[in-house]
Amino acid sequence: MSVVSISYYLVLSAILFGLGVLAFVFKRNIITIFMAIELMLNAVNLAFVAFARAWNQLDGLVFVFFVIVVAAAEAAVGLAIVITIYQNRHSLNIERVNLLKF
Amino acid sequence: MSLPFILFFVFALISVGGAILLIVAREPIHSALALILVMMSLAGLYLMLGAEFIAAVQIIVYAGAIMVLFVFVIMLLNAGTEERTDWSKIAKYAGLPLGILLLLELAHWMAHSLIGQTPANGVGSANVMVSTQDLSMQLFQKYLFPFEATSILILIAILGALVLAKRDE
Amino acid sequence: MEFVTQHAVLVVSLVKIVILLFLTLTTLAYLTWFERKVVAHIQSRWGPYYVGAHGLLQPLADGVKFLFKEDVTPPGADKFLYVLAPFLALSLALTTIALIPFGPATITILGQPTQLIVANVNIGLMFLFAITSIGVYGVALAGWSSNSKYPLLGGLRSSAQMISYEVALTLSVVGVVLLAGTLNFNEMVGDQAGYYRYLPFIPRWHIFPQCIGFLCYFTSAIAETNRVPFDLPEAETELVAGFHTEYSSFKFAMFFMAEYANMLTVSFLATILFLGGWLSPFPESWTFLQYLPAVTLLGLGLYLGYDAAVVARGIARIQLIVITFGALVLGALCLLPAVMAVLQGPFWFLLKVACLIFFYVWTRGTLPRFRYDQLMSLGWKLLLPVSLANLVGTALWIVFPLLVKHG
Repeated sequence: MSVVSISYYLVLSAILFGLGVLAFVFKRNIITIFMAIELMLNAVNLAFVAFARAWNQLDGLVFVFFVIVVAAAEAAVGLAIVITIYQNRHSLNIERVNLLKF
Repeated sequence: MSLPFILFFVFALISVGGAILLIVAREPIHSALALILVMMSLAGLYLMLGAEFIAAVQIIVYAGAIMVLFVFVIMLLNAGTEERTDWSKIAKYAGLPLGILLLLELAHWMAHSLIGQTPANGVGSANVMVSTQDLSMQLFQKYLFPFEATSILILIAILGALVLAKRDE
Repeated sequence: MEFVTQHAVLVVSLVKIVILLFLTLTTLAYLTWFERKVVAHIQSRWGPYYVGAHGLLQPLADGVKFLFKEDVTPPGADKFLYVLAPFLALSLALTTIALIPFGPATITILGQPTQLIVANVNIGLMFLFAITSIGVYGVALAGWSSNSKYPLLGGLRSSAQMISYEVALTLSVVGVVLLAGTLNFNEMVGDQAGYYRYLPFIPRWHIFPQCIGFLCYFTSAIAETNRVPFDLPEAETELVAGFHTEYSSFKFAMFFMAEYANMLTVSFLATILFLGGWLSPFPESWTFLQYLPAVTLLGLGLYLGYDAAVVARGIARIQLIVITFGALVLGALCLLPAVMAVLQGPFWFLLKVACLIFFYVWTRGTLPRFRYDQLMSLGWKLLLPVSLANLVGTALWIVFPLLVKHG
């Protein structure tokens, strides 16, 4: 038990991604659902970094860079949307935002 | 038990624990803090994988900017604890098993993939830090176009946030 | 003993951490004394005067007072976060000091090559920013967990202010990174050694090509550390005490210390990036400057001795005699060649830092507080564009000669 292989990191990434999906499905607060997305992105980032290490190439790290940038942009717009929703609905519960529900 | 092994498990446990805490916590701010914990431990794992620049960026951008924004919005709206509505039946009876199945399958294939056998830390691993210079060479030569494209993306995001935040006259 | 030889690096780091922590905490305590004294003299008052000679025991008295006060937790507060916030603030503020180099890359102490830095990280600057960027949580969580409206408003203000100014702060530093071509602190200071070719009396410190960057940096740094004139998060005329309104006893003291530690870190960083770190501004041929640390200490000792003999009375006189004795002994120690060689770097480094700290206190003593919208528009509409322009200008300055050379 002295070598940590890439698969350890990949399994951890899978577990985190799965937990992110669970949080996404089960949480009812818009902000927390948003956080679940961030968790999934983080899990993917971990896999990218692990692959970059495995192949000894830097492309994976550059992808992580882009993912972080996209996450930042997404957070800025998403939170603005959340604030607007709260002003209109006075609730952060995702089930109150159902005007478009068929 | 070698040092990388122990370190990996400490970080892994913290990150998984944080992710579970994110699901269990009822206050949104506790969820946010749990997520920050996950991000910090992931930064530690990046360091172990030799990506020190990415680790620093992870903390600066994710923990230091994005999550601050989340905490800020939570404080601003101060909406109290999460309302627990009855879970949708589909989510409960189909979502949970399917989610766990997805997790198991992903984990299984990742554990048994060929690339997964490469040692990452300890004996036989390429124990080097990725230099920031090499990374920037990649970023500004091979990936120059995507880099410029993301700058436009950010610009659009700023405009979008401004439009959304603007008060109606 | 075997353990010690096997894990020499670990032991040395531990010793360094303990010494540094002790020195930093003492300095933090005496910074409060320094600030009160300087502000008092700016306002034609005496400042701390009664506890000890020149009020020198005031920090100790304050510490004892903080320890014995009742520790109140407001009802309805989020207990865990309420306790976590001050710990977070102080520990993060203290962690950054591990990244700071106090002297030349390698010096010899007791025959062993040692570095005057706890953690020499390849990308020290990035890590420092990483740690300081998390510092917002201390303030934000304190505001939120107190379950009270003034702290909440203070916390909101401060997190908005800190993330706004962090942008300008980071951008103003990138110019220096471009010039130095490294993110490592040791190499950054090494890059500033020597003099300009055509102006041989001006050292190659980054403050000269990057004066705009320095102004942006220092302004944003004052805002980042929540100090006057940008101390909106704790504006006592509007928000009672801002985010730490509900804190009392030692938790309050921890916020207080965190603020001073942040001030110290920011000054350290300014010294490393812009003011040439531990480098002396004078040419190396002026060897007599080696005696400067000793002369400073001996001079201080003589002045205090005069004070003790002529001015002071009673217990203050005894204290002054003790301090005089200490200063004289330390000064004499500094005359030893081995000690003198080690102390050169730290002496210049700390001298520059002391000047910056004085500048901080000076601004506090003289400037009124900004209004919140003024603060925000200053950050976003002035500092950000100016530091961006500075960055572009620096990049062009570096790239243009290359373009001319290679066509």
